[in-house]
Amino acid sequence: MGIKVDIAIIGAGVSGAAIASTLSQYDISVCVLEKSNDISNGASKANSGIVHAGYDAKPGTMMATFNAQGNAMFPALCERLDVPFSRIGSYVVAFNSEDMKTLKMLKKRGEENGIPDLEILSDRAVRINEPHLNPDIIAALFAPTAAVVSPYELSIAYMEHAIDNGVQLYLESPVQDIIKENNTYQIITPDKAIQAACVINCAGVYADTIHDMVLSPAFRINARRGEYFLLDKYAGDIVQHIIFQCPSDRGKEVLITPTTHKNIIIGPNSEDILEREAVETTAEGLSEVWESAVKSVPELPKNQIITTFSGIRAEPSSEDFIIRDYAEAPGFIDVAGIKSPGLSSAPAFALYVNDLVQKYFGSLTEKENYIPGRCKRIYFNELSHEERREIVKKDPLYGRIICRCENISEGEIVDSIHRSAGARTIDGVKRRVRCGGGRCQGGFCGPKIIDILARELNIPKEEVCKDSPESRIIVAETKGNCAL
Amino acid sequence: MKHYDVICVGGGPAGLAAALAARKNGAKHVCIIERDIELGGILQQCIHNGFGLQVFKEDLTGPEYAQRFIDEVRASDIEVKTDTMVLEIGKDKLVYTVNTKEGYTVLQAGAIILTMGCRERTRGALAIPGTRPVGVMTAGTAQRLINIEGYMIGKRVIILGSGDIGLIMARRMTLEGAKVLAVAEIMPFSSGLTRNIVQCLDDYDIPLLLQHTVTNIRGNDRVESIEISEVDTHEQPVPGSEKEYICDTLLLSVGLLPEIELPYAAGIVIDKRTRGPRVNESMETSIPGIFVCGNVAHVHDLVDYVTEESERAGYYAAQYILGKLKENNGFCTLAGEGIAYIVPQEIRPGNCGESVELFFRVSRTYQNAKLVLRVDDNVLKLYKKRHLAPGEMERIRISKDIIADAESIKLDIEEL
Repeated sequence: MGIKVDIAIIGAGVSGAAIASTLSQYDISVCVLEKSNDISNGASKANSGIVHAGYDAKPGTMMATFNAQGNAMFPALCERLDVPFSRIGSYVVAFNSEDMKTLKMLKKRGEENGIPDLEILSDRAVRINEPHLNPDIIAALFAPTAAVVSPYELSIAYMEHAIDNGVQLYLESPVQDIIKENNTYQIITPDKAIQAACVINCAGVYADTIHDMVLSPAFRINARRGEYFLLDKYAGDIVQHIIFQCPSDRGKEVLITPTTHKNIIIGPNSEDILEREAVETTAEGLSEVWESAVKSVPELPKNQIITTFSGIRAEPSSEDFIIRDYAEAPGFIDVAGIKSPGLSSAPAFALYVNDLVQKYFGSLTEKENYIPGRCKRIYFNELSHEERREIVKKDPLYGRIICRCENISEGEIVDSIHRSAGARTIDGVKRRVRCGGGRCQGGFCGPKIIDILARELNIPKEEVCKDSPESRIIVAETKGNCAL
Repeated sequence: MKHYDVICVGGGPAGLAAALAARKNGAKHVCIIERDIELGGILQQCIHNGFGLQVFKEDLTGPEYAQRFIDEVRASDIEVKTDTMVLEIGKDKLVYTVNTKEGYTVLQAGAIILTMGCRERTRGALAIPGTRPVGVMTAGTAQRLINIEGYMIGKRVIILGSGDIGLIMARRMTLEGAKVLAVAEIMPFSSGLTRNIVQCLDDYDIPLLLQHTVTNIRGNDRVESIEISEVDTHEQPVPGSEKEYICDTLLLSVGLLPEIELPYAAGIVIDKRTRGPRVNESMETSIPGIFVCGNVAHVHDLVDYVTEESERAGYYAAQYILGKLKENNGFCTLAGEGIAYIVPQEIRPGNCGESVELFFRVSRTYQNAKLVLRVDDNVLKLYKKRHLAPGEMERIRISKDIIADAESIKLDIEEL
């Protein structure tokens, strides 16, 4: 299959999706190539989901600039794309005088980065606002603009918006090679060749591999794994803010924070791994995270753990993000090494990439029929009595609750399947509407979601997968061909 | 707004028995609300036998046991709403429901009986390390897929946890042609019934590995292997004892927890020990007129006991709407040394008949121990027990005159 586009974006994580969404306003053809079978299936799937205030990065770096700009963009962005977002603020806690020095340094750095309203709180103020924190904490740096967002919900929303505005998404399309031909690039995947004038490399942990297909090696990406715990909503009031530990060289610091859905997330540790997608959890890693977390909140309830998981970060050999074009390869743009604060920075660096693209093409004309927002989702559980009555009257499927942990209706699940960039798998449904993300972890709703996916996608139940294309849940009919 | 004397939230064994008892004892308008498309609850997927030995003196399958109650409900004027979810219990006993036919509806109840049952602990709750492939699921989910949906979910199986569901599923998977390699149990004993160990494992030569647990899950798309390790007396894996089993499925039968979404959201006091709502002798919660019974109150071993308890709850719910339940203060039951929990947590002697029964579990196994019952710190009675295990719910009956003026009663285990 031969396809010709103006711009090909490689990778449908938050970077690729943000850039696709941003470029979708212009009258140009854009496609996104994703090796996996869903959006946001790499580093953007499993991370802390923090929109950092921006005091952490060294002034003058891309990380500092884009973090500060990105943070300020989030409220309007999440409103426009209908993504849950909570600006709950963050604390960096200090246990001793050395930590105090770090707090002061962070505050100063934050002010240089232009971060508003940073404040060092006394132990008393900390105790009043966060009564479950360790009583040995002597102060905390409060950053009111820090926030939480669901990283995969944001990526999915970005991509859905892009597709609604004409961007073409190709899933299960790993890039095998890129051939530079005069002024264009020929991108080779197992079943197609795409000719693009401009290539944007958002390939996450594989960004170095993609870069090396076009240019001589300039950087390496290492995969760094972080492990997490997720606690039940019943533990949701244990902290109200994002609680960071002081960065130090004494050991690993982990954060504890409420999520946008009022769970508690704890993590991550940090481990360099050789295999770039080794997202298993380990007994050692998990206990390291827990032991570190209880330093901040001694009474973390272990019996409220509902799951553990790990994610990978793309750690570049450079200290900063690598977002740039190249004179020797016009039209090729790297968006590489997007480690923390990548999620926080994505809306801002998408604009920067937009400028690089504008520079390359000269000027771009805006689409006449551009849709700025995303079609609103229905969160049945959050509707008022009257709204619930109305929506069920309009579509009875909203009257059948499938997920009993979070009260998610069949209508919401069906909607998540039929949207642009819709769900194709059990985990795809989970990332979009949270079925299976609650305390039963899909034990009750799983069999029902198999039925709904099979019905809506018109595929046999045996073909319904948990996540990856080979992860079928059903192996046979009973009394069928199951014998060994 | 439609008014009912009693609304049962859940149409499993607890809801069915409670509704029938409420109706028989004076509640006129009774309604059962069930979220599934049929009554019977989890019993419908329990197609094995062993149900009803206490209540009917017969050996029934789960669906047969349920059907006895369903037939009785259908023959009565009890209203049944299936495929209907209760979203919220509001103030003044408003019940917010939704379904596809009647839409979003608010019902007024005179009394509410919560009978939502329990849910299974998951891999996530145990924090078992490893990858996250398909092929890891709770035994109950597997049971539903096989017995209700008609689909097999694996061919070579490891089961973690030797509770009854794990044992039953070892046999069920074998009968469907799968190979069950082993059942691993972290404790030095199985919490399942002896008859299930014999009939589900021994009869099929399935090894039961006591003091073993799963320490790693491997596989990318599907489970490829499971690592099992021995554990020491503190339930910690012994390094060097790891053994890898090539398989495609891990089933978990690692405990059940009361489903407390509704009572929790309604502000009902939850007991830290049972993890269900605190109840008094009438199975009434901290909100007067809201009752609980069955596995949402505490997890039972046998459905027969759920039925008994639910009949009591139904009786007292009827007493409540008839204005016959005495709301005077009671005293607390205290779970002392070696006692995991006691139900009820509070007793108001005025509402007890001639006697009251205490249901409890021990926190570990005991051989030749004595159970000490104290009333107001005075030892009242000693019960000699040859064997006590957490997997078996114990009960003792106390006559009313002993506790008429009590301020507390306490149970302790003392080793001989």
